[in-house]
Amino acid sequence: MDTHTDRRYRFLYKPLLFLACGVPLAWVLADVANLTLNVHLPVPGLGADPVRRMLGIFGHSALNLLLVTLCVSPLRQLSGNAQLLRFRRMLGVWAFTYALLHFLTYVGPFQGFSWSAIARDLVKRPYITIGFAALLMLLALAITSTNGWMRRLRRRWQSLHRLVYACIVLGVWHYWWQVKKDIREPLVYAALAAVLLGWRLWRWRRTAARAAPRVAAPATSNSALPTAPERT
Amino acid sequence: MRHPTRTAIRPSEITAERYFHMRRALLAGALGLAGASLVPASGRAAAGNADPAPAPLRYARNPRYVVADKPNTFEEITGYNNFYEFGLDKSDPAANAGSLRTRPWNLAIAGEAEVTGSFHLEDILKAHPLEERIYRHRCVEGWSMVIPWVGFPLGDLLRRFRPTSRAKYVEFTTLHDPQQMPGQRRAVLDWPYVEGLRIDEAMHPLALMVVGVYGRELPNQNGAPLRVHLPWKYGFKSGKSIVRIRFTERQPLTTWPLASPGEYGFYANVNPQVDHPRWSQATERRIGDGLFAPRHPTLMFNGYAEQVASLYQGLDLRRNF
Repeated sequence: MDTHTDRRYRFLYKPLLFLACGVPLAWVLADVANLTLNVHLPVPGLGADPVRRMLGIFGHSALNLLLVTLCVSPLRQLSGNAQLLRFRRMLGVWAFTYALLHFLTYVGPFQGFSWSAIARDLVKRPYITIGFAALLMLLALAITSTNGWMRRLRRRWQSLHRLVYACIVLGVWHYWWQVKKDIREPLVYAALAAVLLGWRLWRWRRTAARAAPRVAAPATSNSALPTAPERT
Repeated sequence: MRHPTRTAIRPSEITAERYFHMRRALLAGALGLAGASLVPASGRAAAGNADPAPAPLRYARNPRYVVADKPNTFEEITGYNNFYEFGLDKSDPAANAGSLRTRPWNLAIAGEAEVTGSFHLEDILKAHPLEERIYRHRCVEGWSMVIPWVGFPLGDLLRRFRPTSRAKYVEFTTLHDPQQMPGQRRAVLDWPYVEGLRIDEAMHPLALMVVGVYGRELPNQNGAPLRVHLPWKYGFKSGKSIVRIRFTERQPLTTWPLASPGEYGFYANVNPQVDHPRWSQATERRIGDGLFAPRHPTLMFNGYAEQVASLYQGLDLRRNF
């Protein structure tokens, strides 16, 4: 790759995407400043119940960014542009950041740091249990997202990072389960997640089918394993 | 029973709906377009929800119904509503309720009562002096407000129709008109919205028929022109934009228990010991408290236990949630 393209990705596209990912956070922070510091930043307000709104913004942003993260590999495969992979880690870490902010909003403003109430929720309310499970998995993925961990874990890194599929399933389920009546939005999330996971399943089955005859020949048997450098 | 003679409607006072409209049509025809525009009701209906300050009401504060907590602001009360007829987001009703025409408004009285029929709302309201009561409002979702309603005792209204001994329950039906209520264009709930009470609950002095808030006419998003408020029950029990009151012998089938029977019951009394299947009801968040305020403990019957607990003696509140 020529240095010109490399520079454009490094100094233009990636910073722009980083800023775009931060828009919901900046919006909420500006509103929190308006509510607590007696300033008047020109942002749309959070309404009469800012806490519920924050939960919604952070939760939606986490799901949105998880879906975008899961778009990277299919887009790379469809377009043949391997440079897209440079965005994936950043998108994933942002998704985790929003999931964490969603959880912290729940712990602090929503539950008022009542640890007994939080513990009871975790045990008694299945949608909170699965949401928390997804958060822990995202935490593991965020921690091991560095180059160092990638080297250390090698092949296992890929298997570990397939947990992101479980994260999107649990995340959408977590959302679906708490909606009072209107499931349209969770349904849209579920459909998008199904397409993105279905694409992978389809690719994986196709690769497996192509590799199958070769499995019979012991000499090339390891080619049946997915050896692509990235998750598919 | 309060002044039954003063509040009872004599049949001669009531103009049947068909005559009412006939008279209006005759008047409009006689006066022509210019004349019709003199009818004040039509002007107000056209202004609808765009009017930022609804008309002030004549009322007296009732010092018996106040709470220690500071009332929520007008903006909070009128900008954060669950009124699915106008959309599912809490800000949807304020944005969409302008399409509701609250004048003219007819109220149908049906079922087990001596006086039934369709009545023009203005004729019905004339007999009721208005009072302000500051009530706690607790939503089943776990948030609460303090609201200065303007209204009159629901029982005073119901008694005027002389319910018979067979009237064991009262059913309230909300307007069903997808033209005016865009949220009804989707079957989120089984429209129209129906709520109901046991007759002794409806006759309880705390049960309030609401026509205003903060001394002014009720904004559409709060259930104009006529809604109930039952401060010891979760908010969804309080029917809004009511077009029909029916006295029944059997317990009415109400909207939320029909939609999700495991989560919402007929009684829906505020009860910190009986959780919603998906969240605790032990505490609540007070709207307007700010970001880092602690939750408030939820009180039995929303703090009105002294007045209403006797209604439920011997009733298993865990089963009859």
